Amino acid sequence: MSQIKNLTKGLIKENPVFVLFLGLCPVLGTTTSAINGLGMGLATLFVLTMSNLVVSLIKNFIPDKVRIPAFIVVIASFVTIVELSMQAFLPTLFDALGLFIPLIVVNCIVLGRAEAFASKNNITSSIIDGLGMGIGFTFALVVLGGVREILGSGAIFGFKFIEGDGMLLFILAPGAFIALGYLIMLMQKIKSKSA
Amino acid sequence: MEYLAIIISAIFVNNIVLAKFLGICPFIGVSNKVETAIGMSGAVMFVMVLATLTTYLIQIYILDPLGIAFMQTITFILIIASLVQLVEIILKKVSPALFQALGIFLPLITTNCAVLGVAILTIQNDYNLIEGVVFAAASALGFGLALIIFSSIREQLDLADIPQGMKGVPIAFIVAGLLAMAFMGFAGIV
Repeated sequence: MSQIKNLTKGLIKENPVFVLFLGLCPVLGTTTSAINGLGMGLATLFVLTMSNLVVSLIKNFIPDKVRIPAFIVVIASFVTIVELSMQAFLPTLFDALGLFIPLIVVNCIVLGRAEAFASKNNITSSIIDGLGMGIGFTFALVVLGGVREILGSGAIFGFKFIEGDGMLLFILAPGAFIALGYLIMLMQKIKSKSA
Repeated sequence: MEYLAIIISAIFVNNIVLAKFLGICPFIGVSNKVETAIGMSGAVMFVMVLATLTTYLIQIYILDPLGIAFMQTITFILIIASLVQLVEIILKKVSPALFQALGIFLPLITTNCAVLGVAILTIQNDYNLIEGVVFAAASALGFGLALIIFSSIREQLDLADIPQGMKGVPIAFIVAGLLAMAFMGFAGIV
C-alpha cells in the first residue's frame, strides 16, 4: 500500500513542478512542444531512478561529510550516459534539448530526492520513489508542452489541427512563464478541492 | 566592438533568466525582497566569473589534450561545487562582512544551473578566455538585472489585491512572463 502511495504521490500531491517548484529551468526551457517535454521528462526519469538506486546502494559506505559531492558524481555519471546515448540514437531530440541535457546534473529534484529519500530508505522504495517523482515530472512537462504546442502552433505531438500559425508568443519565452503560471493556479485549485 | 556585442547580447537580448531559462529556481525563490535579490546577484556574479575562468582552463589544458571531453559534465560540476566551498571558506576568513552578506546564498549556487550553463556555453560558443570571462560577467549582470527588477515588482505585488488562486507563485510567473515580453523588445539590437 505504502509503495503505491510512494509511486503516485509525485503525480499530483507532491508533484515536483506544480507543487514543490523544483527543477523549473528545464520545465520552461524544453517545453516548446509535447514531444520535447516528453523526451526531457524521460531523460530525467531515467537519471532520477538510477541515481536513487545507486545512492541507496552505497549510502552505508559514504562518510556523512562528503555525501553531497558523492551523490553529485553518481548523478553526473548517469547524466553523461544519457547525454552520450541520446547524441548517438536520438540526434534530433538532442539538438532540440541542447544545453538542458547536461544541466540535469543541477536539477534540484534529482539531488533533492537522493538526499531526502534515497539516502535514508531501502533500495526498492528508493527506486519506486525515483520512478514516481520522474513520472510526475514527465507528466508536468508533457502537459505544459502540450498546452504551449496547442496554443502556439495549433498542433499536438506534431499533428497539426489548425491551419496557419498559432499564437507565436506561447512558443517563445514569455509564453512559457505565463502558461506555467496558469497551470500552477489550476493545480492549486484541484488540490484544495481534493484536500 | 566584439566585446560590446557579447555584453549587450548577454544582458538584454539573450538574458540568461528571461530568454534562456537558466537559474529559475533562485529567480523565483529569493526574489521576495530587493535586499536578498541584490545579495544573491552579487554571489552569482562572483562565482560565475570564477567558475567560467576555472572550467575554461581545465577544458583547454586538461580535457581537450587528453581527449576526454566527454567527462565535461562530471568535471565541471565537481569544480563548481568545490569552488563554491572554497570561496565560502576563504570569504569567512578574509572578509567576514562580505561573508555575512553573501554567505547564505553561496551553498545554493552549486545547484544554480546558470553557473554550469554559462561554463558550458562558453565552451560551446568557442569563446577565448577573455571573451568567456566577459560573457560570464555580462550574464551575471543580466541575471542580477532581471532578479532585481523582478523582486521590486514582487514587493509591490504584496500590496496589490490579487485573486485568491493567483496569490504567491502563479502571479510571480505571470509577472515573469510579462517581464520576458518586455525584454523581447531588445531583440534585434545586436
